[in-house]
Amino acid sequence: MYKIVKKRPLAEQIFLMDIEAPRVAKSAQPGQFVILRVRDKGERIPLTICDYDREKGTVTIVTQCIGVSTHLICEHNEGDYILDFAGPLGQASELIHATDEELANKKILFVGGGVGAAPVYPQVKYLSNRGFKPDVIIGAKSKNYVILEEEMRAVSNNYYITTDDGSYGFKGMVTDKLKELVEKENKKYDLVVTIGPMIMMKFVSLLTKEYGIPTVASLNTLMVDGTGMCGACRVSIGGQTKFTCVDGPEFDAHLVDFDEAMRRQNMYRTIEGQKREELEKNHKCKIGR
Amino acid sequence: MAKIPRVPVREQAAQERIKNFEEVSYGYNAEEAVLEAHRCIQCKNPRCVQACPVQIKIPEFISAVKNKDFAQAADIIAEDSSLPAICGRVCPQESQCEGSCVLGVKGEPVNIGKLERFVADWGRKENYYNPTKVPTNGFKVAVIGSGPAGLACATDLAKLGYQVKIFEALHLPGGVLEYGIPEFRLPKEEVVRYEINNVIKLGVEIETNVIVGRTITIDDLLDKEGYHAIFLGSGAGLPKFMNIPGENLNGVVSANEFLTRSNLMKAFDSEYDTPIYVGKRVAVVGGGNVAMDAARVARRLGAEVYLVYRRSEKELPARVEEVHHAKEEGIIFKLLNNPVEILGNEKGWVTGMRCVEMGLGEPDESGRRRPIPIKGSEFDIDCDVVIMSLGTSPNPLIASTTPNLNTEKWGGIIIDENTSQTSREGVFAGGDNVTGAATVILAMGAGRKAAEQIDVFIKNKFGKK
Ligand SMILES: Cc1cc2nc3c(=O)[nH]c(=O)nc-3n(C[C@H](O)[C@H](O)[C@H](O)COP(=O)(O)OP(=O)(O)OC[C@H]3O[C@@H](n4cnc5c(N)ncnc54)[C@H](O)[C@@H]3O)c2cc1C
Ligand code: FES
Repeated sequence: MYKIVKKRPLAEQIFLMDIEAPRVAKSAQPGQFVILRVRDKGERIPLTICDYDREKGTVTIVTQCIGVSTHLICEHNEGDYILDFAGPLGQASELIHATDEELANKKILFVGGGVGAAPVYPQVKYLSNRGFKPDVIIGAKSKNYVILEEEMRAVSNNYYITTDDGSYGFKGMVTDKLKELVEKENKKYDLVVTIGPMIMMKFVSLLTKEYGIPTVASLNTLMVDGTGMCGACRVSIGGQTKFTCVDGPEFDAHLVDFDEAMRRQNMYRTIEGQKREELEKNHKCKIGR
Repeated sequence: MAKIPRVPVREQAAQERIKNFEEVSYGYNAEEAVLEAHRCIQCKNPRCVQACPVQIKIPEFISAVKNKDFAQAADIIAEDSSLPAICGRVCPQESQCEGSCVLGVKGEPVNIGKLERFVADWGRKENYYNPTKVPTNGFKVAVIGSGPAGLACATDLAKLGYQVKIFEALHLPGGVLEYGIPEFRLPKEEVVRYEINNVIKLGVEIETNVIVGRTITIDDLLDKEGYHAIFLGSGAGLPKFMNIPGENLNGVVSANEFLTRSNLMKAFDSEYDTPIYVGKRVAVVGGGNVAMDAARVARRLGAEVYLVYRRSEKELPARVEEVHHAKEEGIIFKLLNNPVEILGNEKGWVTGMRCVEMGLGEPDESGRRRPIPIKGSEFDIDCDVVIMSLGTSPNPLIASTTPNLNTEKWGGIIIDENTSQTSREGVFAGGDNVTGAATVILAMGAGRKAAEQIDVFIKNKFGKK
């Protein structure tokens, strides 16, 4: 059992939680994820690690209540326990292998969207700790959905917010902002790291391909075990099949078959929809009220 | 006495059992077991014992059953096997003990498997075993993986006084026994959990959710956590795919994924959150136990099921009993057929599978006749789900994070046959991660052998505490 030592709402339906998991906290690296199970009948849910504190032995996760299981997570409060919490899984970000000299010569831009801002954070923080603050674009539906703003500002060089409705920051998509930065402001980036909804990563990737900027995307595929045992997470990278949970989650975005990845992500959607309806019928959801 | 015909085993009727996940075979009751035990002619040089991977003293335990001394029978089996209720259910008896029973030459062999199961089930129901902790000898051993290899190794070490901790990647212990083999062949709560509880009663600790190579490394365990030796029983969990067109379409899954969803995550039960997609017509590719299990689970979830295998019935690697049960349950066998492409619609969902007919050529390295595609024989099977069951290989996670741990090209961990030790001092291995996907009994045997060698190693290196 893993204790929730802190819970904080970040935006509507989005929560941050610090989970007591000393082994995971000790080994976690930016870019990795965990798999958790809330209750006995629950599924195994992959979530990217948002932060970790090796001393306190805690790992921070951010969830948005969208499915049956994420709802169940969000219903838990400080002091409650989560049944299973396994990790860290996947490969760490390539950046942790880069030397200071390499980092000094690299202009890096992070592009996150939605809750994708959460997994962007540990990487930006990591680079900032090493003395190389990157630029960051975070996209959200509207002002209410902007998360971790202060934290992110503190560790990034230039921090840009975009909202779909223009209620905050730049009005438009993250790709519009990226276009502006590159085409109007003549910013030169050597690497783009994008984390967020598959569709956003697809369009970021298409754009950076045009610009010839190497790009890394962190894929949030379906998963079951997260250890390479089932292949539910398989994706096509440059025509080759890879397992996101062990070979990824980060891949060269220009080689990712995003259309296939999005299609595969929806494989169980109808079933999930049915289960969710059932759940909502049987059980009044208290979240978001 | 050999005139008594083999005592039939009572089973759930096929038409009934395809609607539930309860155990297919009821096994023998005491009366039936005693009668079947009478069939054994007590050979002086029993070939069945030779053919048993762990050399259970078969005629002796059968003789005890015949005398209705079930406790003695249990003791005799326990000398050589630590998981008899499991092995009695899942061992390929026809190619081991029963395959070499002399009665089988002219008639039917003694049903050794069901006798073993009877004795083990008797022991469980009577609470015959009550394992207790033995005083600790002060040495610590870490066991990686809680499948049959790890459980057997941990059991023997704990009995010798070692402080044993099993680290398991998944949230439940048991390995393939838990996530792979379905409930209707191996009841989880009643049999698997019971065996695991016995291991815990011996003082063995099981820490789940620890992925060795990620959460912690082998070197951490040795250097920082003070373990005197390590046993790797991490199995062979990495699924293979065919690399044919269409394999990433929606509706194509590995047997491991399908079975994990159904067994470990209990997706077959609507009270559980994990989804499973079964479709109306399922094609399972492969011919081993795993393929049979996937096919039969799909059948129980309401699908019409095809089993596509590239060789003939004779070469099917699955246990004979499973093939028999699968046929009874209406699985349609498409033998000497091999998929060449998976077909899909414009939305990316499976609509069928293109296969080619195969002929059998000269025997290959495995001694089995090599299947050769027959030109121009392509045909399509209509289906909406394809389950790939082409075998598995060891997960590279531990090898890739443990410096100087030598492996074969295909991923198998290399050990010294005599000492079970890997290329790393104090690190031992056994089971599917060494041999490639094999059997429960071989994994259990390998775990027990390693336990013996770990004991020798620790005594030599660290002396007595
Ligand atoms: C569906 C199916 C049906 C089968 N049917 C039969 C049958 O009828 N008869 C028979 O004899 N055999 C059968 N087998 C084969 C048999 O189950 C295996 O040979 C046996 O379980 C191997 O045991 P093991 O202990 O080596 O590995 P496993 O049972 O695979 O256990 C390995 C364990 O190690 C864990 N692990 C792996 N990596 C790590 C890590 N890095 N850190 C921590 N833990 C880790 C895994 O999660 C797993 O729990 C079947 C297999 C399958 C998949
Ligand atoms: S999640 Fe099962 S192999 Fe990646």
